[in-house]
Amino acid sequence: MKNFTVKNARVVDPANNIDKIADVYVSNGKFVSQSPDGAVVIDANGMLLMPGIVDIHAHLREPGQTSKETIKTGTSAAAAGGITSVVAMPNTVPAVDNPATVKLIDELIKQNAVVKVYQTGCITEGRAGQKLAPIGSLKKAGVVAITDDGGCVQNSELMRNALQYADMFGLLVMDHCQEATLTAKGQVHEGEWSCKLGLAGWPSAGEDLIVSRDVILSHYTGARVHLQHLSSGYSVDIVRRAKARGIKVSAEATPHHIALTDAACDGFDTNAKMNPPLRAESDRLSIIKGLCDGTIDVIATDHAPHSVNDKDKEFDYAAFGIIGFETSFSVCYEALVKSGAMPLEKLVALMTCNPARLLDLDAGTLSCGASADFVLIDLDAEYVYGKTFSRSSNSPWFGKKLCAKVMQTFVDGRRVYSAENGIEV
Amino acid sequence: MVSGKFLNSFKWFRKDLTNIKDLELWEIEEIMALAKVFKESIVNKLGKLPYQRGKTIVNLFLEPSTRTRNAFEMSAYRLGADVLSVNSSASSITKGETLKDTAKNLEAITADMIIIRHSAAGAAKYLAERLQIPVINAGDGAHAHPTQALLDTFTLREKFGGDLKGKKVTILGDILFSRVARSNICCLEKQGVDVVLSGPSTLVPREFEKMGVKVCHDLKEAVKDADAVMLLRIQHERQSANYFPSISEYANVFGLNRLREEYLKKDAIIMHPGPINRGVEVDTYLADSPRSVILSQVTNGVAVRMAVIHLCLSAASKIK
Repeated sequence: MKNFTVKNARVVDPANNIDKIADVYVSNGKFVSQSPDGAVVIDANGMLLMPGIVDIHAHLREPGQTSKETIKTGTSAAAAGGITSVVAMPNTVPAVDNPATVKLIDELIKQNAVVKVYQTGCITEGRAGQKLAPIGSLKKAGVVAITDDGGCVQNSELMRNALQYADMFGLLVMDHCQEATLTAKGQVHEGEWSCKLGLAGWPSAGEDLIVSRDVILSHYTGARVHLQHLSSGYSVDIVRRAKARGIKVSAEATPHHIALTDAACDGFDTNAKMNPPLRAESDRLSIIKGLCDGTIDVIATDHAPHSVNDKDKEFDYAAFGIIGFETSFSVCYEALVKSGAMPLEKLVALMTCNPARLLDLDAGTLSCGASADFVLIDLDAEYVYGKTFSRSSNSPWFGKKLCAKVMQTFVDGRRVYSAENGIEV
Repeated sequence: MVSGKFLNSFKWFRKDLTNIKDLELWEIEEIMALAKVFKESIVNKLGKLPYQRGKTIVNLFLEPSTRTRNAFEMSAYRLGADVLSVNSSASSITKGETLKDTAKNLEAITADMIIIRHSAAGAAKYLAERLQIPVINAGDGAHAHPTQALLDTFTLREKFGGDLKGKKVTILGDILFSRVARSNICCLEKQGVDVVLSGPSTLVPREFEKMGVKVCHDLKEAVKDADAVMLLRIQHERQSANYFPSISEYANVFGLNRLREEYLKKDAIIMHPGPINRGVEVDTYLADSPRSVILSQVTNGVAVRMAVIHLCLSAASKIK
């Protein structure tokens, strides 16, 4: 099916300011302006048609931790969640801190990926925070950004140099903001629930300090910086003020920080254990406000698969993180659009064109000539999240009822997932 | 001997006791009622009672403990049960076995109950949800130490009568890292006691007010109307992490000593879960004064733990 027309869709394409019932035309893997010859017709029956979701923060675990996830299982889960472009974090084993590892993973992606996968490289060798990784060579090998995600460069001189040096190659530095002396022992947000449960606190000040530092270093060097998974309300304020002063800072938020609070940790549920942690309701509301007013540019999942062995433990010893590919749209639609916080078009922008622009990816729009990556979603469908394509099932939404179901996902004009048949490649 | 009719009159249905939060007030009352009878059996030197004869209780203590482990052991013996003690250095956990596997193995060798002490908050609940046999929490990280809170309530009731409503209890010391404080806050609030927390601001953060208590960093103010002052041990390792400057400064600012006794009400009592650091949180004069009920707490700990063990084992056999 090289040429086809999708009829009767509610087409939402924020890059082109479109939200209307329309037809979409695809020919040879690209969007085109009119119905191509011999087009097969797909009737969307009024379902939402939007650009494929671009997720700039995910852990695919291959190579090195394939008991948690592989490129194949991870990208299958992505497809099932309407995600057509995934930006993989470099904390694999080995870490992506040299061009040879980039090439190795590229091969694995070519052989196994169901959707598009872009790689990031490390800021420092082995993500150890001691010595810059060969950033220029990583760029040449094809990484789209650099980050020590999971860790944070503590040495401010090193971080300053990383920003300045990466900027020369136009590479975005993405930072997981945590000041280690404040956060090293932390298990949950320091607040009401750390107090009640007797778990070590991860204070929001631990994030705010590095967010401020990064803003200051960005201002000082003129280089861009991207702040990953903001969780603290005060951090949102810092970013807002920085943007108002024209500092080149961008930020992302995860579906779980949008939808959940630290109250989810009651009962020691290790699927509520994340880094950064779920925070107070006031933080959650600040994140939403930041998404609405443009302070936070992007929604990204921080998809972090962990096996049962990693999660079925005493809370202190359980791994941080949850899977997020399959639930991302549903959770955000409920928490942001159904709740009345923002219009659908805004949510779609946060998940598609905004992240694509941030990393200059060919994605996130239905514009003619763009790759035909798109997704059909039934906004009215309710479903139980009862099976996953991921190798792991560490999600607080597993077994729960969600709304807005991904029905079909297309990459380069080829259907890779349908709710009916599952993965189709 | 205790009458069989009395022993069968309890509505208790839980196989586990992992925290106080889960308990309704009537359940606390049942534990108190049974503990009172067991206390009499101790005072009257009745020796071993036969109620849990044939049962084997495993003490799984993965963190150092003397008092609590011994008290549980003594309680088990006094109910006629046998005790198997597993400690951290001898356990397979040091060989990399998970807590779940260790506990499942103890269940498989036909243990009838596990009493667990563990450094991780939530560990007792974690096991209780994964085992058929009863699990009693003997302290999980900074989270909970329910039998300590129950024995403290028992001791307070011995002094002030069965209704503690309107009484004021001040807990003084390292609250942040204290499972004893958390369980006591919960247990006392259920009984309508006004709880005040005091100690250095780094170890007694305002956040605790979300648990419904008052936080007061002025020692004099904190203890002046108290009917009981519960002291907590100041752990030396906290000092190295700079929660406060030094042990001697702690003693200077928050230590309860002969001079500061005048802040207390005439009939106020002093409690301590032990072990005491004499000259740090409390001086010897006060620790050994008539106000001190510290050793009564220890004896009451045996009676209360006998009650908890008996109720949970009996409930478990009913569930089967």
